[in-house]
Amino acid sequence: MTGVRVLVGTRKGAFILTADGHREAWQVHGPLFGGWEVYHLAGSSADPDRLYASQSNGWFGQIVQRSDDGGARWEAVGNEFAYTGDPGTHLFYDGSEQPWRFTRAWHFAPSLDDPDVVHAGVEDAALFRTDDGGHTWSELAGLRGHPSATSWQPGAGGLCLHTILVHPDDPATMHVAISAAGVFRSEDAGESWTPANNGLHSGFMPEPEADVGHCVHKLARHPSRPDVLFMQKHWDVMRSDDGGRNWYEISGDLPSDFGFAIDVHAHEPDTVYVTPITSDEEHYPPDGRLRVYRSRTGGNEWQPLTAGLPQEHCYVNVLRDAMAVDSMDPCGVYVGTTGGQVYASADAGDHWSPIVRDLPAVLSVEVQTLT
Amino acid sequence: MIRIQLPQQLRSLAGIAGEAGVEVPPPVTLGAALDALEATYPTLSGTIRDHGTTRRRSFIRIFADGEDLSDAPPHTPLPRAIVEGRQPLRVVGAIAGG
Repeated sequence: MTGVRVLVGTRKGAFILTADGHREAWQVHGPLFGGWEVYHLAGSSADPDRLYASQSNGWFGQIVQRSDDGGARWEAVGNEFAYTGDPGTHLFYDGSEQPWRFTRAWHFAPSLDDPDVVHAGVEDAALFRTDDGGHTWSELAGLRGHPSATSWQPGAGGLCLHTILVHPDDPATMHVAISAAGVFRSEDAGESWTPANNGLHSGFMPEPEADVGHCVHKLARHPSRPDVLFMQKHWDVMRSDDGGRNWYEISGDLPSDFGFAIDVHAHEPDTVYVTPITSDEEHYPPDGRLRVYRSRTGGNEWQPLTAGLPQEHCYVNVLRDAMAVDSMDPCGVYVGTTGGQVYASADAGDHWSPIVRDLPAVLSVEVQTLT
Repeated sequence: MIRIQLPQQLRSLAGIAGEAGVEVPPPVTLGAALDALEATYPTLSGTIRDHGTTRRRSFIRIFADGEDLSDAPPHTPLPRAIVEGRQPLRVVGAIAGG
């Protein structure tokens, strides 16, 4: 088919929403893995019918599901995420030492050119990789081997590795982000890592500009300009022009610079989207109005996008993996909420309408553009 | 043949409609029964016991002929009613969450 396939992970299963290029009439498929939390689904750009889903719950742990036909049929593949060697400890919320323990996979990042290769970001924070389509997973232990790892502490959602960016032209260069440790950069395919948090300021830390300890919520970038990174932090929207070595603030005129999700327009590298949330204590939009904000200037100057979004009595959240863009023309933008709505805009954010209104709380939204 | 009763989500995962049936050579112990279950239905590996440690997952309980074997060591013999197939070994998800 030609069109889009929206992959939605929720607290109680997964859903696949499909439409043609007009993105007006939608088919809803699901729930898949009903009753399970699905933190993320991701499709391979090398083979769009190859999908991966992270299925988990507190009773039965982690399952990894794989589809080879675009989501019609699924197969449970390998679910063993074993830390390398003695996993040691990190810090718990109260500052006590806590043994490293796998809880779930938060995010899958399929390789750009091999559908069998996927990186997985997990809780407690670590990076794993499969080279055999998900049957076996191996830790890239250099990340957790960084000397700062014993001091990493979880954010409210857990000590999670939620963002994986592999350089589109140089796969050996990678960025990951961990809540609440910050950004780390590797230039040797994950063997060794360097903190990439210079310029971040986090008031909850004893040393607000420390190398490590920042609660980075999400990173995004445009593939044509891989050294320009955008960040939604616990507070502050940030930008780096040098591959994460240095960051500067671009919150500008946003009504709140707290939030979780951030993404970049598919065809305009300086057009960025965020969804401001009131505060770290009030996880809902300012003034009860769900507004996606768009900057066409790479930050600082932000325009509220409201047409079709609820503008009163709206107290949902948009979680870190719940915003995505397609690469149709014009660019489509998608936002999932904890209230179970998935909103779509087929005109780069100017107008919105709900694809679905009553799903379980949405944890993640990804979009595949099918040609 | 040992009968094992599983929660619905694990039955769905294993692709079975009713009880699981597994052959367990003697001596029929708790650990041997779970080993046989995971060997017969590999997708259940890690869902009842953690990989590596084989420690029971926190929200799983295991009952046999009225006994709570949740914290019993793996070499614990299963009751005769289970061994003879008159009753199922019950793997139960704890009441938690929503």
